[in-house]
Amino acid sequence: MNRQIVQLFGLFTLLFAVLVIFTSRWTVFEAQSLADNPANRRPLIEEEKIPRGLILASDNRTVLARSRGQGSGENRIYTRTYPTGGTFAQPVGYSFIQNGRRGLELSRNEELTGDENEFASILAGLESRNREGNDVVTNLDVAGTQAAVAGLGGRKGAVVAIEPQTGKVRVMVSIPEYDPNLITSNFARINTDSNKPLLNRTTQELYQPGSTFKVVTATAALDTGKVTPDTVIDGSSPRTISGAPLENAGGQDFGPISLTDALTNSVNTVWAQVGERVGAKTLVEYMKRFGFYEDPQLDYPDFQMIPSGIRRNGVDYVEDRFDVGRVAIGQGGAEGAVDTTPMQMALVASAIANKGRLMKPRLTDRIVSKDGRVKQRIEPDLQADVMKPETAQRLTEMMSRVVEEGTGTAAALSGIRVAGKTGTAEVGANREFTQPWFICFAPVDNPQIAVAVTVERTTGQGGTVAAPIAKSVLEAMLGGGDG
Amino acid sequence: MSARTRELFGLVPVSLLVAAGFAAVLATRTQDVSDATLTYGAFFLGLCVVAHLFIRARLPNADPYMFPLAASLAGIGLVLIYRIDPELAREQAQWFVVGLAFFCITIIAIDDHHVLERYRYTIAAASIGLLLLPRLPGIGSQVNGAFLAIKVGPIQFQPAEFAKLGIIVFLASYLRETGDILVRPRRKPLPYQRQILLWGIPVLLTLLGIAVFGLGVAGSVLLAVFTLSFAAVLRDQPSPKHFGPLLLVWGLAMLMLILIRDLGSSLMFFGGFLALLYVATGRLSLIGVGSTMFFGGAFFLSQSIAHVQERVDIWLDPFKRGVVDHEGYQLAQSLFAQADGGLFGQGFGQALLELPGGGVILPAAHTDLIYAVLVNEAGLFGAAGLLGAYLLLVYRGLRTALSAADGFSKLLATGLTGVLAIQVFVIVGGVTRVIPLTGVTLPFVSYGGSSIVANMVLLALLLIVSDHARSEARRRGGVM
Repeated sequence: MNRQIVQLFGLFTLLFAVLVIFTSRWTVFEAQSLADNPANRRPLIEEEKIPRGLILASDNRTVLARSRGQGSGENRIYTRTYPTGGTFAQPVGYSFIQNGRRGLELSRNEELTGDENEFASILAGLESRNREGNDVVTNLDVAGTQAAVAGLGGRKGAVVAIEPQTGKVRVMVSIPEYDPNLITSNFARINTDSNKPLLNRTTQELYQPGSTFKVVTATAALDTGKVTPDTVIDGSSPRTISGAPLENAGGQDFGPISLTDALTNSVNTVWAQVGERVGAKTLVEYMKRFGFYEDPQLDYPDFQMIPSGIRRNGVDYVEDRFDVGRVAIGQGGAEGAVDTTPMQMALVASAIANKGRLMKPRLTDRIVSKDGRVKQRIEPDLQADVMKPETAQRLTEMMSRVVEEGTGTAAALSGIRVAGKTGTAEVGANREFTQPWFICFAPVDNPQIAVAVTVERTTGQGGTVAAPIAKSVLEAMLGGGDG
Repeated sequence: MSARTRELFGLVPVSLLVAAGFAAVLATRTQDVSDATLTYGAFFLGLCVVAHLFIRARLPNADPYMFPLAASLAGIGLVLIYRIDPELAREQAQWFVVGLAFFCITIIAIDDHHVLERYRYTIAAASIGLLLLPRLPGIGSQVNGAFLAIKVGPIQFQPAEFAKLGIIVFLASYLRETGDILVRPRRKPLPYQRQILLWGIPVLLTLLGIAVFGLGVAGSVLLAVFTLSFAAVLRDQPSPKHFGPLLLVWGLAMLMLILIRDLGSSLMFFGGFLALLYVATGRLSLIGVGSTMFFGGAFFLSQSIAHVQERVDIWLDPFKRGVVDHEGYQLAQSLFAQADGGLFGQGFGQALLELPGGGVILPAAHTDLIYAVLVNEAGLFGAAGLLGAYLLLVYRGLRTALSAADGFSKLLATGLTGVLAIQVFVIVGGVTRVIPLTGVTLPFVSYGGSSIVANMVLLALLLIVSDHARSEARRRGGVM
C-alpha cells in the first residue's frame, strides 16, 4: 500500500500546483485584461475612493478642480467640482465615473490619483495609508484666460497664448464653453449640442489660416536664402498662379514691392510667387519643423488633438502635388489646402519669438504631493530648431511693421512693441463668411508671450476682429499699455 | 525535543500570525491598533494551548505538526472572516470553540480507532441518511440550486460535512477487508491469441462508439479509457460479488448528483473513494473504470439537471454577455478580485468587498469565495502560502498513513487526508476556474459551524491514528 500512498501524495502535489498556476494566471498573467474587462466595476469603485489632487492655475491659488468627499469610513467617496465653471473647461477637462475623463484630468490622471508602482503601494499598505492624489499646478494664467473669454465675448472661436522661451501654455480658451459641473446631469444635452461645446477649438478643430500662413512661407523663403526682406517682387493684381488668376484683397495692385512691405500689406500675389520659389518640398519641410503633420507635443489627451497640415478634400493629409502658390498664402484647392489648429499657429508665433527655437508646449508646470513636496517639475524642452536666429530676427522686424503701420494696428500697445500678422480666410459655400486670424508676440525685444486668436465663421477682417482680442490678452498678461 | 514540545513551539508563530492579521485589519478599520488585537491573539493562543495540553495528555505520540497547521488555517480564516464581518467572526470563533470541544470528545470517546470497524455498516447507513436529509421536506433547504443544508429552527447545518467522515470510515474498513480479493495476484501473461482478443475488442468497441455516436475528443478519450480499463479489470478475473458495493458507491455518487445537485460534493466523495480504492488495490484499471463512469454519468446528468448544466456553462465562459452580470457574476467577480490582488495583494483589510451605496461585490465572500478574498488581500504569495500549509497538512496525514501498521489505519488516514485534499482542490479549483464552481467549504478557513466542527473531528481521527502508529513504532524501537 505504501507505494500507492506515495503516488497519491504526488498526485495531490500536482493538483495543488495546478491551483497555484491558475491563481497566478488570474493575479499576474491575465490581471490586466481582467482589470480592463467592462464588467469589472472594481477600478471605477476604487477610483471613486481616491481623493484626486487639486488642479491649480499658475498663481498656485486659483483652484480649477477639487475633490469633494461624501460619506465616511470605507464608504467615503469623492466627486469632482470645478469652481471656475466653464472658463478653464477645455484645458482642465473633467473626471466622472459615469462619463469618463477629458483634458488634464485624463492626461495627468496617474499623478492626480497618486498611482504609484507596485512596490510603493505595498509600503502604503503596510502603513495602511490611504491613497492620495497629487496636485497639478498648471501654467494657465487667470488674467489672460479671462481676457480671452471676454475678448471673444461669446463668439465661437479660440485663443491660445504660449510663453516662447519655455513652451508654457498660458491661455487655452475655446468658445462656446461648457460647465464641467453639469456633465453628470446633462451629458447627453452637452454632447449633442450643435454648437459643439465639448470640442476644443484650440487643438481639435482645423481652420483655414488665411494670411497668417504667409509667416510660415516667409520663414521657409528667408531661412533657405531664396529671398531677403528687401527682395522686390511684382505685386500687381491679378496674377496667374498655377494657371488660374489670383487677386489681392480688394483687387489692389501694388506693383513691384519689397517683401517687408508685402507682409505689412498682406499682398497675396507676392507671397504666392514666393511660395512657388520655395517649392512644395521645402515648404512642407518647414511646416514639419513648426510641428505641422503631427499632434502637438502637449500633455493633453490624444483624442482631443488633431494634426495641422495640407489636406486633400479636407480629409487626407498630403505633402506634394498641391498648388504651392495658393497654399503659401494660406489657401489652396481641392488637391490640397492648408488647415491648422489655433494651437499650431500659436506655436508658429512662439518659434519666431524664441529666435527660431520651438519649445514643446505644456500645460503642466509641476506635480506637488499632498505634503507640499514638488514631485516633478516639467522643464522646458526643445521641440525643434525651426530656423536660424537671423531669420527669426528678420521675421520679427517684418511682423513689427504689420502692427505699426500695416493690417494689424489694432493690436498695438503703447510703450510695448508688438509683432504680428493678420489673416482673413473666406469660408462658407459662397465665401460669405470669414475666418479672421491674428497671431502675434510681445514685447519685440524680449518676447514674453505669443498669442494666436481666431473667430469662427463670422464677418470682418483679422485686423479688426481678431487683433483687438489678442491685444486685450497681451495687456492682461504683460500688465502694461493702455492704448 | 519531544513531539509535544515541537507542537507547542509550532503554535507560537500561529498566534503571532493571527495577532498580526487582526492588527492589520483593525489598523485599516480604526486607524490605530487597539488592545483588542492582543486580546484576540491571546485568546486564540490560550485555546490552542488548552488543546495542546489535551493532546499531550491523551495522545502523547501523535504527529506534532498537524494541529499547529490546522490552527494556523483556522486563524487565517478568522482574520479573513473578521475582515468581512466582525459579527460573523465572533460566531466563527464560537464555532471554533465548539469544534475544539468535539475534537476533545472524539479523542476521549475513541480510544482506539479500530472500534469504528465494528460499526461500519451503521456508520455507512447513518452517513447516507445524513446526505439525504436536505431533501426532506420541512427541514431541507436549497442554496443556489443545490441541496446541501438543513435548517432546524435557527440552526443551519450541512450534513455532507459529517457524512464525508462516516463514508471514509466505512470505505476504509470495507476495502481493508475486500481489497485483497477484489483483485487477485497478477497472473502470468496470456497466450498471444487471447491478448489480441482482450485488447482488440475494447479498441474495436471504442472505434465503433466514436463512429456510431459521433463522439468528440473528450467523449472518445473517456470511452477509450473506459473500455481499456474495463478489459484490464476483466483480465484479473475478479470475483463479481465484491464489486457490488463498489457499484453501489458509484450509484451513490450519481444519486448525490441527482438528489443534492452538487457536482462539488459528488466529486469530493467519489474522488476520496477512488483514492482509497487505488491505495487498497494498486490497480489503475479500477480507477480508470471508476473515473470514466463518474465523468460519463456526471456528463449525462448535467445534460438533464439544469442547475449542473448551468454551472458547467458558467465555467466554460463566465464573461459571456448576459451571463457575466447574472449567473456568472460570482465567478467573474472572484476572478476580478484575484486580479485586483496581484502578486502581493492589497494588504489585509484593504480588499474591496462592498459596493458604494450598499450591497456586496463578492457574493458568499465568507464561504465559497473566501479564497478569492485571500488572494485579493494577500496576493499570489499569500495564496501559495495557504496552499502550502494545506499541502504540508496532507503530507503529514499521508506520513501517518505510511507509518501505520495495519491496513485499516493506513486506509483511514489516507481517506481522511485525501478527502481533505480533494475538498481544497474542489473549492479552490472552482474559485480559480480550474473546474466548475460549486459550494463546498474551504476546510478550517471558510465560515461555517458544520465545516469547522467536522474538520476538527477529522483532525482528531488523524491524530488518533498517528498516536497509535507512532506509539507502536516507539515500542519497536524505531524512530519517526
